[in-house]
Amino acid sequence: MGQTIAEKILSSHAGKPVFAGEICVARVDFLMAQDGTAPLVIRAFEELNGDRIFDPEKICFVFDHSAPSPNMGVSALHKLMRDFVRKYGIKKTEIGEGVCHVLMPEKGFLRPGQLVLGADSHTPTYGAMNLMACGVGSTDLAIAMLTGKQWFKVPHTTKIVFYGKLNRGVFAKDMGLLMVKTLTARGAVYQSVEITGEATGRISMDGRFTIANLVTEIGGKNCVMEYDEKTENYIRTFAGDEKINPVFADKDASYSNEIEMDVSKLEPLVAKPHTVDNVCEVEEVRGTKINQAFIGTCTNGRIEDLAVAAKILKGRKVHSDVRAIITPGSRKIYLEAMKKGYIKIFMESGCCVTNPGCGPCVGTHQGVPSDGEVVISTANRNFKGRMGNPQAFIYLASPATVAASAVKGEISDPREFL
Amino acid sequence: MELTGKTHKFGDDINTDYIISGRYKFKTLDMSELAQHIFEDIDPDFSKKIGPGDFIVAGNNFGCGSSREQAVLALKYAKIGAIIAKSFARIFFRNGINVGLVLIEANTDSISQNDILRIDLAEGKIFNEAKKEIIQIRPLPDFLLKIINEGGVANYLKKYRDFQI
Repeated sequence: MGQTIAEKILSSHAGKPVFAGEICVARVDFLMAQDGTAPLVIRAFEELNGDRIFDPEKICFVFDHSAPSPNMGVSALHKLMRDFVRKYGIKKTEIGEGVCHVLMPEKGFLRPGQLVLGADSHTPTYGAMNLMACGVGSTDLAIAMLTGKQWFKVPHTTKIVFYGKLNRGVFAKDMGLLMVKTLTARGAVYQSVEITGEATGRISMDGRFTIANLVTEIGGKNCVMEYDEKTENYIRTFAGDEKINPVFADKDASYSNEIEMDVSKLEPLVAKPHTVDNVCEVEEVRGTKINQAFIGTCTNGRIEDLAVAAKILKGRKVHSDVRAIITPGSRKIYLEAMKKGYIKIFMESGCCVTNPGCGPCVGTHQGVPSDGEVVISTANRNFKGRMGNPQAFIYLASPATVAASAVKGEISDPREFL
Repeated sequence: MELTGKTHKFGDDINTDYIISGRYKFKTLDMSELAQHIFEDIDPDFSKKIGPGDFIVAGNNFGCGSSREQAVLALKYAKIGAIIAKSFARIFFRNGINVGLVLIEANTDSISQNDILRIDLAEGKIFNEAKKEIIQIRPLPDFLLKIINEGGVANYLKKYRDFQI
């Protein structure tokens, strides 16, 4: 009987063939927790009478959600994390290094075929590297930290095939929003989502991370993208000539759902308040006045995202009624953006460039909107209250659409500037 | 196990930001404090309306969004007796079971706001006596029932030392 990629990865980590619907115990390859979830991981670890880590080299704590600390409460939790890191010798990335889902791939911690858990819901992002990565809660992560394994329900798989050629001004983010629009917020609950197709093959690794990141918004347990030459070249940048073990689905693998999506007629898309699946073409909301524009996050804080924003903002000014905030996804990306002149362009256009991290995405600091204000953001969530104020309205779009909107002071079609 | 309580009804896709907003959860581990803010962004007085043992009733995909365990812990510390939904989001479901929160999958269409329900977990039934209705509970795998019976995964692992699958 043929297997999906998720079935293969779980089988290799459970030490026996497993299929959708079964429950198994599997070993894990890498674990991550961030400053919003790690404090509870530590508490759960202690509650389990934890006194050792199965392998300190395979765990990383990330300071990104509220970093640098905006208040005493967060400072105390950050201290708790740092004390734990020191005590057990696990890895950490510090404030200003970047957002977890950009950093774990960038630092070379991950490989194709691996089974990864992150105490963060957007952990499926890593699936762009042809591996299985699932978001879990703090207790689940603590158990894996202690034992090196976890229980899994082997997921059924939804297969998504993107085909056709993207038009000018349309990006991976628009493909991702098309996926969320088509499947809705519960279209893939508990499912593994395999993404393939010639249109997926044509987009860069940066774009693939964007789409994998949005799989969380259709309820997916994980995303796994087909391995190709681009994946290989990317992995080689940190893995050198190490042996790589990509995983391919069997031809007779069984899927619970197969969806084909034509991207050739795709327009720039926008998710309207207050759900990610409330998606329309930019034309429908064009002209909506905005107060804040935000480019960054684990969805769209990568160099390609900053490049298109810089292209639009070059020689232009952010509209006087708009605060534009740019948060590079990592220090490495920030440095590259400096080298390429993007940061200078952002500064000269009037943007506020913050330290790498989650920025204002999750509502703890660095740009909480006021009552009734409208934000357009490159993030992955626009839930009411997401950015710290339930009276604000959040629209989600590609970096190009957000940059164009920042210039015009209203939601705008990026094709005007490209 | 038998539970009795009053219902508080919600719709589909109730996300973790609605259950407990990010602006509270990042700065404290005091779950009793978080419990006072549950559902605040969609119903500012919610925490004043609930009594110990009350039930949350919802549609599909309850608990979607963030992986924050604060969401299940805040509900537990608010003394919510059980959450009855047509379906749960994956991470929320695991988190709930791990901390010993009672999660019940059932068709919730006929349940209204402020109904009084009696739940018989052993029998797998919800009794809505005023409406003279009996609703079937979708059974959980034995492995998960064991974790719930131990009051959460920490107790389970202390007792069995490993997952018994």
